[in-house]
Amino acid sequence: MKLLLGIGGTDDSLDALSWAAERTSRTDDDLTVAILENPDSDRPPERIEAEVETALSEHGLDAEIRHLEGDPGGHLVDLADDEGYDQIVIGGGQRSPMGKIQVGRIAEFVVLNARTTVTLVRR
Amino acid sequence: MSPDRVYPDERSGPFLEPPLTFTDRNGREIEIRLYEEGDRESLTEMYVEFDPADRAQGIPPSGESRVERWLDVILEDGCDVVALDEGRVIGHATLVPDGDEGMELAIFVFQTHQSAGIGSRLIRALLGHAASEGVEYVWLTVERWNSLAVGLYESVGFETSNVESFELEMSIRIAQTESTG
Repeated sequence: MKLLLGIGGTDDSLDALSWAAERTSRTDDDLTVAILENPDSDRPPERIEAEVETALSEHGLDAEIRHLEGDPGGHLVDLADDEGYDQIVIGGGQRSPMGKIQVGRIAEFVVLNARTTVTLVRR
Repeated sequence: MSPDRVYPDERSGPFLEPPLTFTDRNGREIEIRLYEEGDRESLTEMYVEFDPADRAQGIPPSGESRVERWLDVILEDGCDVVALDEGRVIGHATLVPDGDEGMELAIFVFQTHQSAGIGSRLIRALLGHAASEGVEYVWLTVERWNSLAVGLYESVGFETSNVESFELEMSIRIAQTESTG
């Protein structure tokens, strides 16, 4: 299966990274990591890329890393739909101080617009 | 979360502080007062038995151990009001500090006691208590389709502050209680 992980640097997107890396390491899935520009994230792209490389090497994976510039949701959906991915993997939302799950804008866009199956990763 | 959260210019209230008792629409005598440590078991039981369909954005969580862990977190900073029927907790309203200037609000009424006028008194009591503790800014998120909840929040003065997220964000600025000297 061809997995496309979208990661914009929020905490839940890092959870999605470890979920996807762990899963890929015990299946024969093919993982691509797309680094997104998420305005709601404090981590710069190079920080995210370092996190991605750490996770990949921890699981002994050699995945393609791509940088998507511009609107994160739109470009992620296009990439998945156009290049024959089987599944998009993204973070499943942040928790408010109360513990309420708050689904981010990228996730909302992807869920509503992708033709590809979407997995929202929850811790 | 977002540091630039918007609050109304105008203050709402003042709201009466708990305790209070009243007769609900089903003729039950309901007591509303501050949460006490002795309520914990009954509060936990309410959330464990909570109708899964009444969950909102993942809370209350499912299962007793998750409920306990969640309560440990939200009760820690102690702005909690409960509604009781014959000593049993059937409603809970809580504020949790957001690490900024505001507090996040949540309110739950047990399925056997909904649509009886309890939520509206419970939320007012919580805001009255919060004001007496010096709290001014309160916000919450609510699912867009939940017009009953949105109506309740609007009735006490909450205004929609952010429509860009999946859930609606609403906020209120509460009037401080008059000092009785």
